[in-house]
Amino acid sequence: MKVEQISIFLENKAGRLAEVTRVLAEAGINIRALSLADTSDFGILRLIVNDTEKAKQTLKENGFTVGKTNVVAVEVEDRPGGLHRILEILRKAGINVEYMYAFVQQSGNNAVLIFRFDNTDEAIKTLQQEGVRIIEGAQLYSM
Amino acid sequence: MIYNMEFETLPREALEAIQLKRLKNTVERVYATVPFYRRKFDEAGVKPDQIKSLDDLKRLPFTTKQDLRENYPFGLFAVPMENVVRIHASSGTTGKPTVVGYTARDVETWAELMARALSAAGATRGDIIHNAYGYGLFTGGLGIHYGAEKLGASVIPISGGNTKRQIMIMRDFGSTILTCTPSYALHLAEVAVEMGIDPRSLKLKAGLFGAEPWSERMRDEIEKALDLVALDIYGLSEIIGPGVSVECLEAKRGLHIFEDHFIPEIIDPETGENLPYGETGELVITTITKEAFPVIRYRTRDITSLNPEPCVCGRTHIRMNRITGRSDDMLIIRGVNVFPSQIESVLMEIEEVEPHYQLIVEREGNLDVLTVMVEVGEQAFSDEVKKLQQLEKKIEKNIKEYLGVSARVQLVEPKSIERSAGKAKRVIDKRKL
Repeated sequence: MKVEQISIFLENKAGRLAEVTRVLAEAGINIRALSLADTSDFGILRLIVNDTEKAKQTLKENGFTVGKTNVVAVEVEDRPGGLHRILEILRKAGINVEYMYAFVQQSGNNAVLIFRFDNTDEAIKTLQQEGVRIIEGAQLYSM
Repeated sequence: MIYNMEFETLPREALEAIQLKRLKNTVERVYATVPFYRRKFDEAGVKPDQIKSLDDLKRLPFTTKQDLRENYPFGLFAVPMENVVRIHASSGTTGKPTVVGYTARDVETWAELMARALSAAGATRGDIIHNAYGYGLFTGGLGIHYGAEKLGASVIPISGGNTKRQIMIMRDFGSTILTCTPSYALHLAEVAVEMGIDPRSLKLKAGLFGAEPWSERMRDEIEKALDLVALDIYGLSEIIGPGVSVECLEAKRGLHIFEDHFIPEIIDPETGENLPYGETGELVITTITKEAFPVIRYRTRDITSLNPEPCVCGRTHIRMNRITGRSDDMLIIRGVNVFPSQIESVLMEIEEVEPHYQLIVEREGNLDVLTVMVEVGEQAFSDEVKKLQQLEKKIEKNIKEYLGVSARVQLVEPKSIERSAGKAKRVIDKRKL
């Protein structure tokens, strides 16, 4: 039920992001979703790609610090209150969202949001119990 | 003004006679009471009775900071602890501080030397001495303090920090002499301006500035900003603390070393050979009156030269020029001694961090800023910003606790720290003094 995400440590200096995209492009890797968190001196780039292992390997070979984390892809109804419903379920269950970002493609008429939870397994269980659709990794990479 | 007219103006011959007598006495005493010196002298094949002239000093082995560390904490004390009345310490190269002790007479000697130093800056009983050197294990605060009291001046033991309050007190109490690091003097001036107080309107007439390297350019700047005469003072805890040497108001050129208490030499830091007057090398000092912690040929690692020319002030004691650098990698940050190896130890203690680091020292405004760049390896990395920020904070906290100096930690990409011939360049000092 989990989706693999790679994260890359970036210093805040010109050209670092471009270096990541160059390495991935040359390896023929497709970026499916991304988010960039930044502070005054560094940034963390989080990516969902079509080939996690290859992307991780290639980036490491090019000297980047790369991590792999499990995140959850959640289908969210594309209407007012769609996201709120999901967050309410999580709030009631006392589950913390570390961060979240949107996936580029829609799943049918629904939007897809990527969540990083403090307790991933618990979050998946809770959401499924409430009838929220979770998208499998394999399906997401090829969407 | 000369505090001790008799000793500070001794004719060279008489001064050297006193030095020799005191040197012989010190050498005999350390040989008899400190196993470390006995062993070192034996290894060098020299017995105390072979020291017959000042020139024979060269035959004695050097003492280094490493020796002090190996004998931590009290191994080099030459008197029983019952006779030690004060202990000070400064940072060592790898965490353990360098510890020094004083007998009651040592404290008295030190007070006399600092009274001489304050007098050299024109201080008298009527002055109010604003002492912004840190009080504590560091010798700066208490060293100046005792000298000021010995002189009979009024001393304000303000210590470091709380700059706005310092300015208010300087203005309200009418402080006339300022003692602190040169960079802090400039910082005081700057903060006064921010507070709407003209620092030139304060009653300050002179300042003794030391504990960190500075320059003629900074002297001009301090003198202009605070409208006082800025003088250089030198000392290190291993020798006695502040009051080893001081500039005189009259010449403002070179620091008189109190030669009736210390014998200075200049050596080539590579070969250890003695260098003649005027040549630049490492300053080596032998104490000849200290009781609790005498040191023989202590390698200060400070780079300077000696000037034997007579001085207009009348003091016959030799002058050393401004310290121009170090023969080791020690940094002085806001008056605190910092060795890169200490930062390395801090990093090594944090499990997830690899010891790939670089220190960058800059001067922002008038204060030193230390940035520690640390490479982020896979172990330390997280996809969450807060975890990396916690790591930065943790390193900053440990550095502060361990070294007593505030540092800014910046995480950088692996291999981004410049390596020359496989060895990382550990320190980039961008300060222009």
